Amino acid sequence: MATAGGATPYISVRDLTMVYGSHVLMRDMTFSVNQGDVFVIMGASGSGKSTLLRHLIGLNEPAHGSIYYRAENFTSADSSQRERILRNVGILFQGGALWSAMTLSENVGLLLEEYTDLTPAQIRQVASLKLALVGLRGFEDYYPSEISGGMQKRAGLARAMALDPDILFFDEPSAGLDPISARRLDELILQLRDSLGITAVVVSHDLASIFAIGTNSIYLDVSSQAITASGPPAELLARTEDSTLRSFLTRGGNP
Amino acid sequence: MIQVAIDRAENDVLLIRLAGQWELRHGLASTDAVESELNQKRRPSRIAFDTRELGRWDTSILVFLAAVVDACRERGVMLDSAGLPAGLHNLLGLAEAVREPAGARKELRESGFLERIGEHSLGLIAAVEETLSFIGNMTVACVQLVRMRARYRASDLSLLIQRCGVEALPIVTLISFLVGVILAFISAVQLRQFGAQLYVADLVGVAMTREMGALMSAILMAGRTGAAFAAELGTMKVTQELDAFTTAGFSVAEYLVLPRVLALVLMMPLLCLYADFVGVIGGAAIGVGMLDLSWTTYVQETARAVRLGDTAGGLFKSAVYGALIATAGCWRGLRAGSSASDVGRAATSAVVTSMIVVVAACGVFAFLFYELGL
Repeated sequence: MATAGGATPYISVRDLTMVYGSHVLMRDMTFSVNQGDVFVIMGASGSGKSTLLRHLIGLNEPAHGSIYYRAENFTSADSSQRERILRNVGILFQGGALWSAMTLSENVGLLLEEYTDLTPAQIRQVASLKLALVGLRGFEDYYPSEISGGMQKRAGLARAMALDPDILFFDEPSAGLDPISARRLDELILQLRDSLGITAVVVSHDLASIFAIGTNSIYLDVSSQAITASGPPAELLARTEDSTLRSFLTRGGNP
Repeated sequence: MIQVAIDRAENDVLLIRLAGQWELRHGLASTDAVESELNQKRRPSRIAFDTRELGRWDTSILVFLAAVVDACRERGVMLDSAGLPAGLHNLLGLAEAVREPAGARKELRESGFLERIGEHSLGLIAAVEETLSFIGNMTVACVQLVRMRARYRASDLSLLIQRCGVEALPIVTLISFLVGVILAFISAVQLRQFGAQLYVADLVGVAMTREMGALMSAILMAGRTGAAFAAELGTMKVTQELDAFTTAGFSVAEYLVLPRVLALVLMMPLLCLYADFVGVIGGAAIGVGMLDLSWTTYVQETARAVRLGDTAGGLFKSAVYGALIATAGCWRGLRAGSSASDVGRAATSAVVTSMIVVVAACGVFAFLFYELGL
């Protein structure tokens, strides 16, 4: 595994095998995500990128292998331990997955209400700040259905950041966004990492975004059902001998 | 813990010292002290920060700083954020970067009495228009059906028939048996006083076939199938599946509503007939078990009392109820809003609407059958 020298792994995955029904998606995956990384999970559609993300946050159970958060075994942890580990995790789902019956402010505030001792006025203050951070100042009282898809995604990010997590998961952050909004979201991810020291795990097949933000990555290969490459995306492009990966990283261009 | 100290230096600079652990679980710091300083007559011209003793920090310090920034901006006081850690400086810049778009903030105010009347009236007019266009579309769809040119998938129809026919049998069995037993029991207690136990069979038979069979199965199907139709079509609306049908050139009324109405119209009379039968058996259980009648006597008495016309009337009614329930369910689903709770609300109002129309239809039938001497 290519790991930056001396960095501590935040998530370590050992021999993970994922299945979908009776169909094996990926076998024996071993990799680690270091603190402060923007870790990109790359792969063609249907290679199991999003499924891997669901495994990492405990929505799917591994068929074999285990996942560690720092030194703790997440796979064998019971539900209360998992809840405690996931308290430090924020997730931005593909479509934002905002709760449609709540305003943006309530969406962000619900977690604060549940896990902190703040008063309702303070919760609203914090929620407004989080929304301002993602550029949604003034949209506190809107319902998710009243704003555009890109705004929903940003609001989803504000919710993911509600409890100041150490690590953020992004499922296809640039899907459904125009190039400029996608780039802004990329910059936001980098700024959050630089300012708050957040670790980011990004599932993506948007090349521009992968090269712009990725500090480390893995490539899931459909045909061999395994990780065939890992390392910083730009480096992979420079040194890979694998024609599938090269073709993926160059949009099918010069093999 | 959170520590804030304010230091007013001589050259009009307000120095805010931030120290300690700023974490959300310790609560938020108040900006009152800073604001009161800013409100003094000799107002400072600049605010600076000292964060040399600042420990861990998270959003809580950002909330505090954002409030200070707002307070400064209101009063035209300069803010020197050079003393903040780089990350905090960046985040503050990020939070302030996007100005609030003009008119973005929603006005949360109580609307006046007249305004509310106006809004309701406009809503009512829109609802009537939508209803009329739905009825129009359904009429067109029915005409197409009669001309054998309606477009829907036959496999959809058979699946729907299975879901609202066969799969409803267990609950229909349970409820109609119970209704038969209750009718028989109540009448048995009364009729025994006159030694007229035998007529329990007449009462149960006629009540089940004329009214109860159709009504009970209608109420069950309203809760079971009407709500399901509303939830299904409501979800399809939320996920834009309905739009996909419309743009692909399919009439929603013809393609989605018609097979549902058709399925329930076909299945309701069968369910009703079955309910009649199970109800009579429930009555017989009481008749045989409690009143010492023999099975033969009970069945003969029922056969004597129940006319074909009663049963046919009940079946006809149940077909009409089926049409009403399916239409009401689909109609509520198509009119659902765009959130998850709107789908739930659509399912609820589908059941309520179905019940109301079924009861209204029941009344109309009672009047008609009486006038026609059926």
